[in-house]
Amino acid sequence: MSEYILEMKEICKSFPGVKALDHVSFQLKPGHVHSLMGENGAGKSTLMKCLFGIYKKDSGLIIYNGEEVNITDPFDALNRGIAMVHQELMPIRERSIAENIYCGRYPVHKYGPVSVIDHKKMNEDTQALLDDLGLDFNATEKLGTLTASQMQLVEIAKAVSADAKIIILDEPTSSLTLREVDKLFEIIKRLTAKGCGVIYISHKMDEILQISDEVTIMRDGQYIGTWPASELTTDFIIAKEVGRELKDLYPPKVNTPGETIFEVKDFDSIIEGSFKDCSFSVRKGEIFGVAGLVGAQRTELMEAIYGMRGITSGTVFYNGQTLKIKKPEDAIKNGIALITEDRRGNGIFGVLSVSDNVAVASLDDYLQYRIMLNHKKINEVVNKSINELSIKTPSTKTQIKNLSGGNQQKVIISRWLAKEPEVLIMDEPTRGIDVGAKYEIYSIIGNLAKEGKTIIVVSSEMPELIGICDRIMVMCEGRITGIVEGEDMNQEKIMELSTPFMN
Amino acid sequence: MSEKVEKKEKNKLDIVQFLVSNALIILIISSAIFVGLQNPRFFSMANIKNLLANTSVRMVIALGISGVLIMRNNDLSAGRQVGLAGCICATLLQRMDYAGKVYPNMEPMNMWLVCILVMIGFAVTIGLINGLVVSKLHVPAFIGTYGMQTIVYGIALIYTGAQPIGGLIPEYTDWAAGSFMGIQLIPNLAIVTLIVMVFMWFLYNHTPYGKKMYAIGGNPDAAEVSGINTTRMTIASYMIAAALFALAGFMLGAKAGGTSSNLANGYELFAIAGCTIGGVSVNGGTGKVSGILMGVLVFEILKIEMTFLGIDTAWTYIVQGIVIVVAIALDIRKYIAKK
Repeated sequence: MSEYILEMKEICKSFPGVKALDHVSFQLKPGHVHSLMGENGAGKSTLMKCLFGIYKKDSGLIIYNGEEVNITDPFDALNRGIAMVHQELMPIRERSIAENIYCGRYPVHKYGPVSVIDHKKMNEDTQALLDDLGLDFNATEKLGTLTASQMQLVEIAKAVSADAKIIILDEPTSSLTLREVDKLFEIIKRLTAKGCGVIYISHKMDEILQISDEVTIMRDGQYIGTWPASELTTDFIIAKEVGRELKDLYPPKVNTPGETIFEVKDFDSIIEGSFKDCSFSVRKGEIFGVAGLVGAQRTELMEAIYGMRGITSGTVFYNGQTLKIKKPEDAIKNGIALITEDRRGNGIFGVLSVSDNVAVASLDDYLQYRIMLNHKKINEVVNKSINELSIKTPSTKTQIKNLSGGNQQKVIISRWLAKEPEVLIMDEPTRGIDVGAKYEIYSIIGNLAKEGKTIIVVSSEMPELIGICDRIMVMCEGRITGIVEGEDMNQEKIMELSTPFMN
Repeated sequence: MSEKVEKKEKNKLDIVQFLVSNALIILIISSAIFVGLQNPRFFSMANIKNLLANTSVRMVIALGISGVLIMRNNDLSAGRQVGLAGCICATLLQRMDYAGKVYPNMEPMNMWLVCILVMIGFAVTIGLINGLVVSKLHVPAFIGTYGMQTIVYGIALIYTGAQPIGGLIPEYTDWAAGSFMGIQLIPNLAIVTLIVMVFMWFLYNHTPYGKKMYAIGGNPDAAEVSGINTTRMTIASYMIAAALFALAGFMLGAKAGGTSSNLANGYELFAIAGCTIGGVSVNGGTGKVSGILMGVLVFEILKIEMTFLGIDTAWTYIVQGIVIVVAIALDIRKYIAKK
């Protein structure tokens, strides 16, 4: 038997247009904490999903406990002793903590063919587990009564209860308080003492250096290297994480920012732990970037400005005028548009045609005889968009769900261009889009800014922001930690500002 | 050579595709021919006129509910609304010499005035309340409108004193029984429905209202982000629906020659089934006026066919149920295949 409990060898995985994993290897020793680091999109989650059978790997070997395995789904993984605590939890809020922990593998009494759930055993075992881990919860309490960070601890308890040999923690501390982080580390130490291997995914340098035995760094789907944590420094990790050169991925800058025109003041979220004290201002004709890690609350802040989320305080000014924005409709009337992060969720109308998808936000501008839509005018606008943004579609009547991601995104951009907004907020405008289409979208952004539109781009891809923006605002845990421009607009500086406990 | 084989294969596929997507029309035509051969009276003027008159009323109800369905909502109060509207129209249009007149001293009103007043009245009361309950109070449409269903039934019972209402003025009943400009085949009722169909087709395809309605049905969250006032749209859809249910009540009362509080009981389910069979997707966002007509016709033709074949009423219910389930299973299949 080898010294590793888990070996992943030369794993490859491609999605249409993207090589997500390119011969990535990873080894985990029993009783060790092995951290996996890299930027958003480096392929960490994809690698873990391949381990779990959520994605099917294209090639490569997974050796678990000395045997080659082919895990088909998360349930199979759990049965083999591999458990994962996801970054985004899937709690069943209305059921008790015990039921959440034993979900799908409830202890039962067997009466012939009939299985009856043994609630007593389930509750007692859960309580014992919670007590053992030093978690001060009642097993029969509804999960929904806990805070988000407490639920995260319950989720970790669930992984422990499964008697897992390997536990994967994906950004486990993103919603934990400092004290809870200490609690988590205690639990991790107890697990490793029992010989359990832990894969720890996080952006937080100090935590990584504190808890890990080894660190593996990935970048752009490639394996960069593995080092013992004791030999690493924060600077070294950042350099390895971002160390790529920018080639001609971005069009030349064509815009020149003018006077400050769009201001956001004192935005506080209605939700505890979301954004707080956020103020910034953007100039006319400027491309203003917003950077940050997952959970930095960038999307939440932008959606709040647009009237989609509740705030306890906050004012938006355009050209010195206060704007009253309670819902998206108000924002649009004031010349603000938002291209949302979740294209499928609240961007496209899948069953509607390309034409309808373009026209939907500006229908009232195409009236004739006061009530009737002027289809000719709509067609002109749609065809103009298709030509200008070179949207590839069989016809204007094609359902948008049949288009590629990049073309769908261009249709949504057209939707807002038809409305001629003064301020255009784009949240992850190039997510899931191939490189060619990205370049075209950057060009569109540049041209809009040149025409004097104010553009705000939220992105998790730092090179993209550095490549196209005039200034970049960095957020961390709901707060604005700095605005960089000129010389300071580099990945090291941005990473530093977006990493918690470093500033 | 292989190209030819491929082409043949493709043609075969096209035929299968054609059969699947037009299964309803094929079923209806072939069954009609079959019944017609068994009993030639099936194709008689009187029978076709009867079919058109029945379909006319059902179609107005289906059109009313279609807008609500396309926006992913529902209206279970439709049938009872039709019933109450029919009762109100009837009480305002009774003969002076009728013994059991509800308002003994009131002259019968102008029937068209009654029709318009009832339509407006229903829209601004029942329709508005349904819309507010669903959009503002966020009560699931299925439950909210079920509540309205029983409320409306209660009102109808109180209003009529649970007694049937007869003695309608001949002007009203004769109009419903009559034919358009003396053309035997086309009942007056069908003309009203035709006007409603043209109106709804225009509304759905040529106005911002229609486009916004499909957008909300297609993706409510994206509609909100696109600046569509979903609350106002939901309320409007229920108001339009209520106006059409009132119109259907006016038509049905005249056609039946008398009404009771049980008029049109359960019609909403036929309307929903007709819409769904006609292509109003259960997932929202799709549906055309022509498709809805097809869905409603399928039901009515099927019913008449079974009567002509002398099938026991009990069996007709069973067959209707099977048709609903099979048709919707086919609809879902189309959707899943595309995913």
